[in-house]
Amino acid sequence: MFKDITLGQYFPGNSFLHKLDPRMKLVLAVFYIVLIFLAKSAPAYALVFLFTVLLIAVSGISFITVLKSLKPIFLVLIFTTLINIFWNNGTTVLFEWKFIVITLEGIIRAITMALRIILLMVSTSVILMYTTSPIALTDGLEQLLSPLAKIKIPVHTFAMMMTMALRFIPTLLEETQKIINAQKARGADFDSGNIITKAKALIPVLIPLLISQFRRAEELATAMECRCYRGGGGRTRMTILHFSVRDFISAGLVLALFAGILLLNFYFPALIK
Amino acid sequence: MMTAEWSITVAEIVIKAENLCFSYESENPNEQLPVLENLNLEIEKGSFVAVLGHNGSGKSTLAKLFNLILTPTGGNLYLFGKKIDEETMTEDEFFELRRRIGMVFQNPDNQLVATIVEEDVAFGPENLGIPTEKIRKRVDDALEIVGMTAFAKHSPHQLSGGQKQRIAIAGIIALRPDVIIFDESTAMLDPRGRSDVLATIEKLNRDFGTTILHITHYMEEAIRADRVIVVDKGKIALDGTPREVFSHVATVKAAGLDVPQVTELMLAINRDGIELPKDALSWEEGADAIEAYILKRKTEK
Amino acid sequence: MNAAELRGVSYVYSEHTPFCKVAVNHIDISFEEKCVTGIIGHTGSGKSTVSQLLNGLLKPSEGVVEIDGKNIWAEPKKIRNVRFSVGLVFQYPEYQLFEETCYKDIAFGPKNMGLDEKEIDERVREAAALVGLSEELFEKSPFDLSGGQKRRVAIAGVMAMRPKILILDEPAAGLDPRGRDEILSKIVEYREKTDSTVIMISHSMEDMAVYCDKILVMSDSKPYMYGAPAEVFSRATDLEAVGLSVPQVTKMMLALKDKGFAIRTDVYTVDAAKAEIERLLQTI
Repeated sequence: MFKDITLGQYFPGNSFLHKLDPRMKLVLAVFYIVLIFLAKSAPAYALVFLFTVLLIAVSGISFITVLKSLKPIFLVLIFTTLINIFWNNGTTVLFEWKFIVITLEGIIRAITMALRIILLMVSTSVILMYTTSPIALTDGLEQLLSPLAKIKIPVHTFAMMMTMALRFIPTLLEETQKIINAQKARGADFDSGNIITKAKALIPVLIPLLISQFRRAEELATAMECRCYRGGGGRTRMTILHFSVRDFISAGLVLALFAGILLLNFYFPALIK
Repeated sequence: MMTAEWSITVAEIVIKAENLCFSYESENPNEQLPVLENLNLEIEKGSFVAVLGHNGSGKSTLAKLFNLILTPTGGNLYLFGKKIDEETMTEDEFFELRRRIGMVFQNPDNQLVATIVEEDVAFGPENLGIPTEKIRKRVDDALEIVGMTAFAKHSPHQLSGGQKQRIAIAGIIALRPDVIIFDESTAMLDPRGRSDVLATIEKLNRDFGTTILHITHYMEEAIRADRVIVVDKGKIALDGTPREVFSHVATVKAAGLDVPQVTELMLAINRDGIELPKDALSWEEGADAIEAYILKRKTEK
Repeated sequence: MNAAELRGVSYVYSEHTPFCKVAVNHIDISFEEKCVTGIIGHTGSGKSTVSQLLNGLLKPSEGVVEIDGKNIWAEPKKIRNVRFSVGLVFQYPEYQLFEETCYKDIAFGPKNMGLDEKEIDERVREAAALVGLSEELFEKSPFDLSGGQKRRVAIAGVMAMRPKILILDEPAAGLDPRGRDEILSKIVEYREKTDSTVIMISHSMEDMAVYCDKILVMSDSKPYMYGAPAEVFSRATDLEAVGLSVPQVTKMMLALKDKGFAIRTDVYTVDAAKAEIERLLQTI
């Protein structure tokens, strides 16, 4: 039942974050990433951490959902932590056994790095993925990048491609399921055998799928031409994005946070040398 | 403009085909099978014309010629009284004609481009460069006409086939065309979807005066039109009101099509020497005709 | 004797999720052996779910599916064998063709059964003959054929597995009247020649009336009516209550009965209607 899948990881809602202009969100998300890398001292870290928790609270998305979003990077987290603990040239030795040396600096470094990755993931998902619909994201991106069209970069074409991809992913999944079932009904076996047999078993699915996508592309192109589509030039839009007070407040907040982190970095020692 | 508004007595011809020919190009010259041969046809403004034909009869080619998707290999095509010459036509003129002759295709999935219904309906007007504030109104109006206002914020993949097809129609209506061609737009739908789409087509014709060209192979749909054209082997086999056309049972069947059961029944009974009207199309007409026949016989006695 | 039976079967899509949806609800259906049974109903009435339950593509959430008196889920690992004895042709089956030649495509099913070359060859030729496909097309690519021919290749691909029960979901969808009549009569012919059981899903009452021995009407995830076409169509008001129509001539007969004429209403073909009306006219 692919009809029920949600695209991307968008959680529809009505929070302050949901209502922000996608262009502002894109810019602020980039800014936020820079901020996370700028934070050096312990208080600065604490500030970014608190702000991120605040973001989650404002978004109305449950903390559990947010934690679950870390699942795909769990291994990366473990790996970075271990590397930082065992491979370092700290001086305050806490534990030593044969060639294994664990230092205080190593542990601090491991914690800061892990925290940095977690903050990066969480803030970008909360600001962008969870609270912005894919279509709004595409629109925002197209409008932000529109100046590039002046230097002949086909921004509109890329945005159109993104939109159409989003439009057709559910259809494609549904079709794939249909073809798999039909070939199963003819006795196709997708479950047994080694990797090579399994890959071969996919041919009866991939070929019809490919052919149908080519036909779809052709029909779609004709249908679009019949609706007077001739590329991005001269097009208008039904919904035009407008910045509101909300957007300026958020920009102000992020700037304040930026100043705060610089100050805290200045007065307190950095965690990682 | 000084258009001839006083000449209302003469029906305006929106599409005129004069010895129109079309054949697909093939590497082998012997294989060059003509799809359409010297076809002559006039479509009046505001009419509801059904084009019937079996698969491969050339009926869809006809639609694609009228919409300038294909270029005729011979003959002349006049749209809104102007002869079409693709060599001299400017791009703007070309797109203006495309706007005035909208087209709805068979597969509803392969026509919708946006992830949200109202965004999709807006696609056409956006392409035309209509000012933002006017697009909103066009979209709302179009969704209202097809009865899909409640689904404005849905995603196309959550809708049924019939609903998607109505969104596709709304997308065309938003271009404010004079003519809409439905190229087998009901073929992939279930009975409910088909009847919803047909009701929408009739509404457009009746309430908004849109000229309709409905290409189909379902005779139940054709009987609802003002005029039925049967295309067979690239030629027009029959042309007239549904009543006239379906009374030619043999010709219709030879073209690989059906006639209404009642029409066939009446004709079969006639063959046995009982004189019932041969042009009944619906079950009501059939029942009334038999009742009248029986009453007449009774009074004669 | 029943070829297939569903006993107390329910099927729920996306069970245990917020999107769960009951497709069939505690149904008991028997399909008679050596019959063409038509299943009719609206989209979402559960008719397609029934077909996938019969060949083991879907596992019932509850209840038992029996083919030839045996529970098909007794040994879940052998479910693939059930698919060979219950052939299922999906809607628009031509979209599943994939081989370089028609011959190879028809041979795909028999090959999956693990048969030897000779047996496969025999079955491919037999199936092609059953759907009226000439052997000249064997070496052609299925993608070069016309729509109607493609569909024949696809149907032959399932027939070549020699299933005891053949299920077809809307075999005539999208075809023009001539193509529709050709394919449907080939299916009836197939049943007679192979002495098997056929189950056909369709939206069209008129097609069902002509080609089926028995009709099962589904509505709202449950069987609603079952019987010979004459029995089913004589209950026009019950059919219309669930949004289905009856053939045009049946409607006309019902209208004549309403007008006070002594006329039979279990008539659904032009020939039968002609005989009945001429009988009525002679009584006057």
